Amino acid sequence: MYVEFALQHAWLVPLLPALAFVAIVFLTRPWKMLSAILAVGSMALSCVIATLAAYGIFTNPEYAEKPLVYATRWFSLGMPGMPALQIDVGVQLDPVSAMMMVMVSFISTFIFLYSIGYMDGEDGFSVFFSYLSLFGASMLLLVISSNLLQMFVAWELVGLCSYLLIGFYTHKISAREAAKKAFVTCRVADFGLLLGILSLQIVFGTLNLTELSERIAHFEEFTTFGILTMIAVLVFIGPIGKSGQFPLHVWLPDAMEGPTPVSALIHAATMVVAGVYLVGRTMFLFHEVESAMQLVAVTGAFTALFAATCALTQREIKKILAYSTVSQLGYMMLALGVGSLTASMFHMWTHAFFKALMFLGAGSVLVALHHKADVWEMGGLVKKMPITAWTFVIGGLAIAGIPPFAGFWSKDEILAATFAEGHYVLFAMAAFTAFLTAFYMWRMIFLAFFGKENPDNHPKESPWTMTVPLLVLAIGAIGAGWLGTPWGNVWAEWIYFGHPHHADPNFIVMGLSVVLAVAGIGLAYSMYLKDTEKVKAKAMAEQYSTAYRVLVNKYYIDELYLWFNHALVDGAAKIFYLFDIYIVDGIVNGIGAFAKVSGEGMRVFQTGRLQNYVLIFFIGVLVVAVLMAFVGPSNAVPVIGGVK
Amino acid sequence: MDFPILLTILLAPLVASLIIMFIPKDENILIKSIAAVGMFVALALSLYAYFAYNKDIGGLQFVFGHELPWIKDLGVTFFLAVDGISLPMLLLTNLIGFSAIFASWNVNNRPKEFFVLLLMLIAGVMGTFIAHDLFIFLLFYEVVVIPIYVLVIIWGSSKRVTKEYAGMKLTMYLLIGSGFLLVGVIALFVKTAAIAGHPDMSFTGMAMAAQQLGEFDQIWLFALMLFGFGSLISMWPFHSWSPDGYAGAPTAVSMIHAGVLKKIGGYGLIKIAVYMLPLGASFFAPYMAVLGVIGVAYAAMGAMAQKDLKYVVGYSSVSHMGYVILAVACLNVIGINGAVANMFAHGVMAALFFSMIGFIYEKTHTRWIPDMGGLARQTPRLAVGFMLAAMASLGLPGLVSFIPEFTIFIASFEVYGGVAVIGIAGIIITALYVLRAGANTLFGPPRPEYDHLEDIKGPEMVPLVVLGTVLVVGGCLPSLLFDMINSGVVPLHAAISDALQLGGKF
Amino acid sequence: MLTISLTHYVILSALLFSIGLFGVITKRNAVAVLICIEIMLNAVNINLVAFSKYITPIDFTGQIFSLFVITVAAAEVGIGLAIIIAIYRNKLSVNLDDFDLLKW
Repeated sequence: MYVEFALQHAWLVPLLPALAFVAIVFLTRPWKMLSAILAVGSMALSCVIATLAAYGIFTNPEYAEKPLVYATRWFSLGMPGMPALQIDVGVQLDPVSAMMMVMVSFISTFIFLYSIGYMDGEDGFSVFFSYLSLFGASMLLLVISSNLLQMFVAWELVGLCSYLLIGFYTHKISAREAAKKAFVTCRVADFGLLLGILSLQIVFGTLNLTELSERIAHFEEFTTFGILTMIAVLVFIGPIGKSGQFPLHVWLPDAMEGPTPVSALIHAATMVVAGVYLVGRTMFLFHEVESAMQLVAVTGAFTALFAATCALTQREIKKILAYSTVSQLGYMMLALGVGSLTASMFHMWTHAFFKALMFLGAGSVLVALHHKADVWEMGGLVKKMPITAWTFVIGGLAIAGIPPFAGFWSKDEILAATFAEGHYVLFAMAAFTAFLTAFYMWRMIFLAFFGKENPDNHPKESPWTMTVPLLVLAIGAIGAGWLGTPWGNVWAEWIYFGHPHHADPNFIVMGLSVVLAVAGIGLAYSMYLKDTEKVKAKAMAEQYSTAYRVLVNKYYIDELYLWFNHALVDGAAKIFYLFDIYIVDGIVNGIGAFAKVSGEGMRVFQTGRLQNYVLIFFIGVLVVAVLMAFVGPSNAVPVIGGVK
Repeated sequence: MDFPILLTILLAPLVASLIIMFIPKDENILIKSIAAVGMFVALALSLYAYFAYNKDIGGLQFVFGHELPWIKDLGVTFFLAVDGISLPMLLLTNLIGFSAIFASWNVNNRPKEFFVLLLMLIAGVMGTFIAHDLFIFLLFYEVVVIPIYVLVIIWGSSKRVTKEYAGMKLTMYLLIGSGFLLVGVIALFVKTAAIAGHPDMSFTGMAMAAQQLGEFDQIWLFALMLFGFGSLISMWPFHSWSPDGYAGAPTAVSMIHAGVLKKIGGYGLIKIAVYMLPLGASFFAPYMAVLGVIGVAYAAMGAMAQKDLKYVVGYSSVSHMGYVILAVACLNVIGINGAVANMFAHGVMAALFFSMIGFIYEKTHTRWIPDMGGLARQTPRLAVGFMLAAMASLGLPGLVSFIPEFTIFIASFEVYGGVAVIGIAGIIITALYVLRAGANTLFGPPRPEYDHLEDIKGPEMVPLVVLGTVLVVGGCLPSLLFDMINSGVVPLHAAISDALQLGGKF
Repeated sequence: MLTISLTHYVILSALLFSIGLFGVITKRNAVAVLICIEIMLNAVNINLVAFSKYITPIDFTGQIFSLFVITVAAAEVGIGLAIIIAIYRNKLSVNLDDFDLLKW
């Protein structure tokens, strides 16, 4: 009965946090604790409903084939009955959205809880929770959307929340700039997505996902394929921005300016996977276009590798995690590009746990060290902060891909899918990225938690509101992957595109990925833990100083964009403005000036002497009279006294 | 006869201004209260009319005075009526007018004259939207011009340009535009009167007769009207009055001007020019589309280069009106719906923007962006209002301006393809300049010299509450707005597509 | 036999009118100008009456109109003299050349 209720009222899932947002903003803002409880409570309730609904979906096999959709008209234009444009809003529940709904609400609940401890005593405590609630609501709305425009609405709203939360420390210039950068970068990408959505509406006459998937499947019959490719590429531009794919990844590392729970929630676990989710949702479109799929795969693989190299040399703990997020998102995209929705969603699921865990761990460290972020200045934290450190280690094992931790199973699934589809180059890139991932992650862990203690630091373990989420997420980071082991792949039974496929366990790929992971950790161990003075690391930086500098500066992409923005966009703006005030306005003022000058010329006739005027007037009358007498129209009949 | 609701709405501010004339000029609060009450009555009645309007039947409702002859020989009657297009505009006028009274709550320089003129201005704008007679329309239009001039040159502010220059430019543009319009209207009247056999100035009567006009006549008449209405809606290249004018004008006038007065141009373009001269419209549609797109991109770039907050919003409103022109140029149901809805959305947003900037200027005595920063700490409510308007300006979903822009994009992308894409790209530039202005004003380290600033409170909150509510509600429930507009656009579009009978683009 | 026809009246009136006009243009004294204006008005009156008599003998429109002209002329002289006196009080002059205040 509860399950049925949850299935039919899944719209409550985003609505509850939205109500919490409204309530906090208008009512409970002065009472900090009440606001926090409202936010956490509403999200927890959403999580319960989401879980019940998901239970309903997963116990009823028919939903895997035919999603549960209910929708209502949002607005429509044109004749009633046969609208020229109708947009619906509604709920579409299928295994993918159910999984995502549970994941988002579950992780959000714990991050909200964690925030109570993390944000303790900060200005704008209640406001922070209202933003978080709004974010949760938007993200959940995105997840359950049955319509692309509805999805776009939620997509932009999460972008807004991201903007607000990154820029939460409004007094910091860096936060302000980072927030702006995030919004504008995503905006550029959304422009592409919007064009894609417009084209879909124009070509197919609907934006409802289920109808679109039917119509696109039968599209081939009556038109050429070029337009579909265009649409797919346009739609993909959106995820490039939101999911931080190259070349629009630049905002994501800067987004770490926000409070750490935000980084964990938005920039690791939930929002940034929205792009991946969108591509997964519109798989029916990409599936029809081979070239678009390749674009997705190549973008994903390249981003994975690219971001991993950037992460190698970063010093700030959250920056490293940010680049690792970009890299992992690349993996997810790669999986989608090679056609495996299963693997992509699986990695998204496991990644959410271990990445949220690591971010929260990083936040715990930052609180303990009073926001000293450089990993080189940490060290030996494991003794003072055992829970944080060991849960962090679990996260590190998971992301490096050590069995049986969660990340291993999902990463293996991606590698196997890539290999099975015959993309050997991409496979090589992905495998090498796995090695790099293990290396830079453990570099960070060894530097921060092990080795010599830094005497300047006086860390102590965080309060329970922060450690409990860490422990819960650590359990997830260990066990979340067991759903999709090659020996009992529950995951692939449910979440797939087209038809479920059971790949036999590929032990070569599996073995290779374990070897690479261990090698990465081993290298990090030898360079950063065993070698206490880090001689080798410093020597390498010296030896390859050019490469090192390029990596530290993240390939100078930020500088390039900055130049583009300042020199080209602002320059062009200046030119437009000058054109406006000197040419367009010049013409306008010129007309005014002409009137003035000609007036100056005419006024010499204004002598002020009445008799002159009379004389001129009389001459005029005379001229008219003469003209009328001699050259006037011959048919002019004189009319005198009303008689002709 | 039913209760003459439109007449009452029109008279409420006029009566209020009449009462104010008889109040001693020292009774500051009393004057403002009476103005507020007058506008409140008008607002409440227009809200009632909005929800009492029967959208299923559509057409002209709350008809008043169509049997009251005004100038018999010219066929002029005092014909007031609203349909699905004019009713949102009427509501918009009242929302903004009501807010404008409170945005000028701190006007203490000759408050009596100020509010008398302001109320007359509001009544004039309302009159243009509810008139269903071309003569009455023009009459109210002229009523608008004079108070604007006086309000700008007395209560305005001089920055880059002097307020006298701004007021003069504004007024001259409006007058020149209306001059061309007048020529067009007279020519149209002479021709339609000859066709119909009797003079008739009502919209429907003229439109009926105008159907029989030849294509050539329609084209040159449309050209005159396009110039007239185009300069009113600040169509590129007739836009340069707009940034200067808004910058020079006092807050309330900027609100009303950007919020509704400008919309008379778009409203007239749709309900007079396109409706009566569809052949002319279809001839000029591609040119209008190009001008609209140029306006969008050009003004957005212009706004990027601004350092004065009012100039930023001034240019941005030119840019947004470009969308309206682009949408009208589509000449299809979606486009015209989008055009009207976008006028409504932009009106609310621009009014909120200008009122917030007005408060900032009042408190900090500057509008120069580099002189500000960190105001979000000192005046959080002001910051909320500012950001709300900024977000609406960049078309954030969930606020009222997103869906109108979306419909415009659909219509224009379908009809004009690549040209429209340039216009759609305007959303990126808009995001850039709006966020930059917002960030540099509100965020960053707070400046100590503004520590003493008081946040907006009491009557100053009214614009934020009223307009902010409309922004959010309209964004979440677009059908509230679109069902109404659609009921007016569908018959209008049916009429013009019957007249065209071309198929293809239509 | 020489009869007095309409033409004679018109010529007379034209002569009177021209004399008046000449005076208006050339006289420096404001009072003289005023007198000349009266002459012109009377020329018009002659015209009106003559046309009325010869062209529309049944109607009396011309005559009645000339009565109007006379009335208006009287009023005008009253106002004109008053203005002249007012100006004289200010400027101590009735010389028209001194009054060019209407100049730009």
